[in-house]
Amino acid sequence: MYVAVKGGERAIDAAHEWLAEERRGDTTVPELTVPQIREQMALAVNRVMAEGSLYDPDLAALAIKQARGDLIEAIFLIRAYRTTLPRLGHSAPVDTTGMRCDRRISATFKDVPGGQVLGPTFDYTHRLLDFALEAEGEAPRAREAEPRREPTPRVTEFLNKDGLIQDEPRSDGTPPDMTREPMEYPAGRPLRLQALTRGDEGFVLGMAYSTQRGYGRNHPFVGELRIGAVEVEMEVPELGFSVCIGELTLTECETVNQFAGSKTEPAQFTRGYGLVFGQTERKAISMALVDRALRWEELGEENIGAPAQDEEFVLAHSDNIQGTGFLEHIKLPHYVDFQSELELVRKMRAEALGTAKFKEAAE
Amino acid sequence: METPEQEIAARQGWMGLLARAPAERLAELLGREALPGFDWLRVPETGGVMVRGRMGGTGAPFNLGEMTVTRCALRLESGEVGHAHVQGRNRAHAERAALVDALMQGPRADEMQASVLVPLASEEAARRDARAARAAATKVDFFTMVRGE
Repeated sequence: MYVAVKGGERAIDAAHEWLAEERRGDTTVPELTVPQIREQMALAVNRVMAEGSLYDPDLAALAIKQARGDLIEAIFLIRAYRTTLPRLGHSAPVDTTGMRCDRRISATFKDVPGGQVLGPTFDYTHRLLDFALEAEGEAPRAREAEPRREPTPRVTEFLNKDGLIQDEPRSDGTPPDMTREPMEYPAGRPLRLQALTRGDEGFVLGMAYSTQRGYGRNHPFVGELRIGAVEVEMEVPELGFSVCIGELTLTECETVNQFAGSKTEPAQFTRGYGLVFGQTERKAISMALVDRALRWEELGEENIGAPAQDEEFVLAHSDNIQGTGFLEHIKLPHYVDFQSELELVRKMRAEALGTAKFKEAAE
Repeated sequence: METPEQEIAARQGWMGLLARAPAERLAELLGREALPGFDWLRVPETGGVMVRGRMGGTGAPFNLGEMTVTRCALRLESGEVGHAHVQGRNRAHAERAALVDALMQGPRADEMQASVLVPLASEEAARRDARAARAAATKVDFFTMVRGE
């Protein structure tokens, strides 16, 4: 138990002053600006937006600067800010089929309509440090080709036409919202996806990796991975129609998983789904694998007791702000608590030693 | 004469364009215009909009996360009402978008179209094409290895 303590205000003020000075670092080095972080640390900004669960690149960049690059601290700042915002409404579900793709690959079909488009990827780089980046150079310029303007068809649609993959029935109900009501288990797939998309990248990656290593194996192929911009539309009651309110970059991953069939279903492929704010493909692939693992019950698969099949275990531990909040609170003063523990241990020792002495004397 | 559906579609078009436009560019283009007086119906307010996705891209909806949006509504001296919902936290951006929305419904529509919306639309198309062209250059061309004679 944590018992409040008073005092230490001067020390706290001084600590925060020093924090500000350390944040700035060596003053002979130019100060970072928020736009520099937004433009040149874009993938860190994307992670903070995804796990902060708030799409606003300028705010995420500011949070990274304030947090000295500690991304979980930055996510914490965004989550705290988010709670101050009035909820203006909700968007129509984004149309990822209409995404203007920067990147779009399929690991299942070589000659997929729309093509394999690599985009600005780290794949196929040699992971050797590039010392040329130590010096300021001319801005690099990418080559261009004839732009494709038509939408890119979904890979799973091709499989769906032949009935080879489980259908994803369209509906338009109101999904549950974990930011409005406390989580209850079983949570169901819409809440699982909401929790996973804002979950800690490292945790979701670890869970996904565990399924690949045999703890709830589900044989995934990346049917499609796409990164690009989608427009967001929202119904405005005063107007009586919907309007586009902006544009987001999203990463979407659809896995195609082996499924031998069950008592009620013929053999067909099944799906795992990942959709994440920003260019965040490691997270989106991980999310799709974990989504698929958590669907064991609905698909009539065996629960082998793998961690990634345990909905409550996964969802209750995926949030790094809840996790770090509870973990880090144990470093705050627990003097009263500990004092009582100390007395208890002393008493128990005294009793044990007293008994021993008594035994010695008796012998 | 436009049908009500066409009028709504046209308005959706410019409202979306104004929402997606870079705030500085809209300020620059509108800065050259004489702007009318107006009364606020709703002063600019920043909030969050919960963005939804669909399971499997096409299935039932789920909540993806929020985005920042600033909205406002105003009435020109001449009576037209303008609305704006624009991405981000820039109140001046929302105000300018609502002003253009109102002006587009009155006698200055052609002028606004030519001096604000046409440049914004062509610049947006150019930005999109620039990305699409880079993406196109990274498209993989597979070729089959033919065995030598």
